Amino acid sequence: MELSKSIEDVLSKAVRILPDDVEKAIREALKSERDSKGRLVLEKIVQNIEVSSSTTLPLCQDCGMFYVWVEVGDRARFSMSALEDEIYKGCENAAKNAFYRKSIVNEPVFERDNSKTNLPPVINYELKRGSSDISIHFLLKGFGSENCSSVRMINPTAGEEGVVNAVLDMMKKAGGKPCPPVFLGVGIGGTMDRAAMLSKKALMRDVDSFNPDKRYHLLEERLIREINALGIGPGGLGGDNTCLSVKIETAPTHIAGLPVSLSVNCWADRKATLIIPGGYDGISSSTI
Amino acid sequence: MAFLHLPFEEKELEKINAGDEVILSGKLYVGRDQVHLRFKELLDKGEKLPIDFMGNGIYYMGPSPAPDGYEIGACGPTTSQRMDPFSPLMLSKGLRVMVGKGPRAKAVIEAVKDYHGLYLQAFGGCGALYASCVRKKSVVAYPELGPEALLLLEIENFPTICMIDSRGNYLPSAVFV
Repeated sequence: MELSKSIEDVLSKAVRILPDDVEKAIREALKSERDSKGRLVLEKIVQNIEVSSSTTLPLCQDCGMFYVWVEVGDRARFSMSALEDEIYKGCENAAKNAFYRKSIVNEPVFERDNSKTNLPPVINYELKRGSSDISIHFLLKGFGSENCSSVRMINPTAGEEGVVNAVLDMMKKAGGKPCPPVFLGVGIGGTMDRAAMLSKKALMRDVDSFNPDKRYHLLEERLIREINALGIGPGGLGGDNTCLSVKIETAPTHIAGLPVSLSVNCWADRKATLIIPGGYDGISSSTI
Repeated sequence: MAFLHLPFEEKELEKINAGDEVILSGKLYVGRDQVHLRFKELLDKGEKLPIDFMGNGIYYMGPSPAPDGYEIGACGPTTSQRMDPFSPLMLSKGLRVMVGKGPRAKAVIEAVKDYHGLYLQAFGGCGALYASCVRKKSVVAYPELGPEALLLLEIENFPTICMIDSRGNYLPSAVFV
C-alpha cells in the first residue's frame, strides 16, 4: 500500500475512534467519579464515543491541527522530502474523506484565510539511534485545549515545588476551558522551544507508560493527584476527575534556567502511530 | 431535569434553575464569532438583523461537514468567552437563550439577570452525540462564512446544563477564576 494511503487510513480512524488506553481511562473515570454533574458529563462523553465509533461522524467538530512527530532510525532509509510529501498527501486525503472540519488558516494575523485542506501539518523530526525504522506519531490537536498550553521560564532553584506550582497555576487558569478530564504532557529543561516540543512528545506517550527515572515517575503521579485535588472536574462542572494522565519528558538545560512547558489535551486525546520497518526514501519498496 | 421547547413560551425560562440538566428541542439558531461581529456592525449602523431573536436561542458552534446520510457533521459547543463582548448587546435586542461552553464575563451574567435570559452549557467535545440530536439544518445567512455561517437547526433531546438562570443565579464554573 502507498504510504500516504496508510497515513490516510490511520488518520480517518483517529478522528472517530479513541486509542484503547484513552477510552479505558475515560471509562474508569466514570466509575470513580463521585460528583453527580461530573458523572453526567462523563456519561455524555462515553455516549459520544459510542456514537462516533459506530458512525462516520468525527468525535468532535474541532478535528484539530495535524501534529506529527517523526522518529528516524539511524539505520533507516530516509528521504525527508519524500516522507513529507506522503505525510501531506495522507493528511489532506484524511481531512477530505473522513469529514474533518477545515480549521487551518494560511496566515495567522491579517488574512486568516482558510487553507481548506487542513494543511500544513506541524512536523518535528528526531533521530533514534540503533533503529532501522521510521515511526510516525500523529496527534489531532484541538485548539480549545491548545489555547490553555504554555511555557513558563521559572527560577532554576525553584526545583520540584516550582515545577508543581507552575503546572497547577496553568491548570487553574485553564479551568473548564480545555474540556476536562484532560491529558497532559509536561516538558522540562532545554530552551523555551525545546521544553514546548518535549511537552508534545510527552503527550504522545501511552496512558499507562511512565518516565523511566523514578523521580520523574513520582512527579507524574504527584501532578495527577494535585491537579485532581483542584476539583475542576469533568466539563469544568466540578468533580474528582480533572486530569487522567500526566507524562513528563526532560532535557539538559542551562545553569541559569528551568523551562517548564505544559501541553494540554482535551478528553478527546486523538492519536495514531505508524511504524515503517526499514524506513522510507520514496524509491525502495516499503512494507507497512 | 427540565425540558425546554424553542421558541419558548412566556414564563418557561423562569422554571429553570442554575445546575438543572436542561433538554432542548425545537428550533435553535447557530452563530459564533463572525456572526456576532456582523450583527454588531448591523446594529451599529442602525440596520435590521437577518433574524428575530424573540423567543429564540443561539448556539455557539461551527460544525464539521455532514457525512452522507446526515444533516450535519459533529456539532459540539465552542468556547462562549469569545462571544462575551457581544452578548449584552444581543440580549438587549431580544436574545434570551445562549448555548455554549465555559465561563462568561461578569457583564454577561448581569445582562442575563437584567433580561431574564438563560445561559446553558452543552457538553464539550461531544460533537457526534449532538449530530444525532439534529433533525434538520438550514443556512439562514452568510453562507460564505463556511463553518461559521448563521444556521437554523431543528433539534430533539439536546442535552445541556443551566449555568446562569433567569434570576442571575449561576454555577461556580460559570465565572472566571
